[in-house]
Amino acid sequence: MSSLKFFTNGLLKENPTFVLVLGTCPTLAVTTAAFNGIGMGLATTFVLVFSNMFIALLKNYIPDKVRIAAFIVIIATFVTIVDLLMKAFVPDIYKTLGIFIPLIVVNCIILGRAEAFAQKNEVKSSILDGLGMGIGFTLAITLMGSIREILGSGSIFNIPILAENTKTILLFILPPGAFFTFGYMIAIFNRFKAKYKF
Amino acid sequence: MDLINIIILALIVNNVVLAQFLGICPFLGVSNKVSTSIGMGAAVVFVMALANFVTYFIQFYILVPLHIEFMQTISFIFVIAFLVQVVEIILKKAAPALYQALGIYLPLITTNCAVLGIAILAVQKNYNLIQSVVYASSIAVGFTLALILMAGIREQLELTGYPKGMKGFPISLVTAGLLSLAFMGFSGLVK
Repeated sequence: MSSLKFFTNGLLKENPTFVLVLGTCPTLAVTTAAFNGIGMGLATTFVLVFSNMFIALLKNYIPDKVRIAAFIVIIATFVTIVDLLMKAFVPDIYKTLGIFIPLIVVNCIILGRAEAFAQKNEVKSSILDGLGMGIGFTLAITLMGSIREILGSGSIFNIPILAENTKTILLFILPPGAFFTFGYMIAIFNRFKAKYKF
Repeated sequence: MDLINIIILALIVNNVVLAQFLGICPFLGVSNKVSTSIGMGAAVVFVMALANFVTYFIQFYILVPLHIEFMQTISFIFVIAFLVQVVEIILKKAAPALYQALGIYLPLITTNCAVLGIAILAVQKNYNLIQSVVYASSIAVGFTLALILMAGIREQLELTGYPKGMKGFPISLVTAGLLSLAFMGFSGLVK
């Protein structure tokens, strides 16, 4: 029961995107379509789970003074692995996400969880925490991607859902739309959080 | 001509924060006051120009000759973290006044994704050393510009009323959206 709590924590109560507001750069940049959200989310989840796992495993061997540098090396290793894997197997998504794949290394969610959770907890709960945070992040940016894709291109997951000649609001797939969508989504999330107290 | 193109593109047309979404965290975090924004901006200009200068040599004199380009992410982030630390130590000894002014912003820069992002982008765009440093400096000045504009608006915003639910991040993001909309007017300024 208690280990399940580590997993669900990241989904709603401490959702990295809407509550902690970490990792805002990829959240704004890649969410022009729902599919990009899933790609970016899963890549980040992979790095998050493995870096949390390895940091929890190695926490007793890393001197406290150089821990940030050590964490960054661990994280960068897994980012490089994801980078190479995506380049080989999903070149289309890799091309769309572009610079934001290597930039997972400076995504504050990952270093934040390493510092706040993995270095103080055992391996199993760290993996669950990474998984929960990663899935929470994936759900959040996929939702944002869906909203922007519906409003901006009139489709979802590349499947058109509006009638053919409907005028879409192009603004939503341009940079300003990202800021507007994200701002209002945090506001709505806060409203629900206050109402249902989760 | 080429350099002027790079400067205008980096400074306003493709503003790093408002059009490329790099460095959003410090943009939202530090843009409370105009004075702190200027301090942060100055530190970023300094570190970004230096980071692009050093990463250029790493990319073309270490990674490419040894055929280990896949080590780019690891080596760049390590160099940037190291550089920030070195700059901090040197400033502390050599220019205590400047250190006092920039001190608290320097450690924050390691996690500023714009520094790593622009270093990688400069390599991808095949810029030479001068172009790369000019590109990084103008990007950083563009970052400072966005930060100061945002801080100015937020200082005024404190005095006005807006819905309670929009307090904090939501209102900042909507403000940033409006700024981004304004900057879109510059697109097409240069080819």
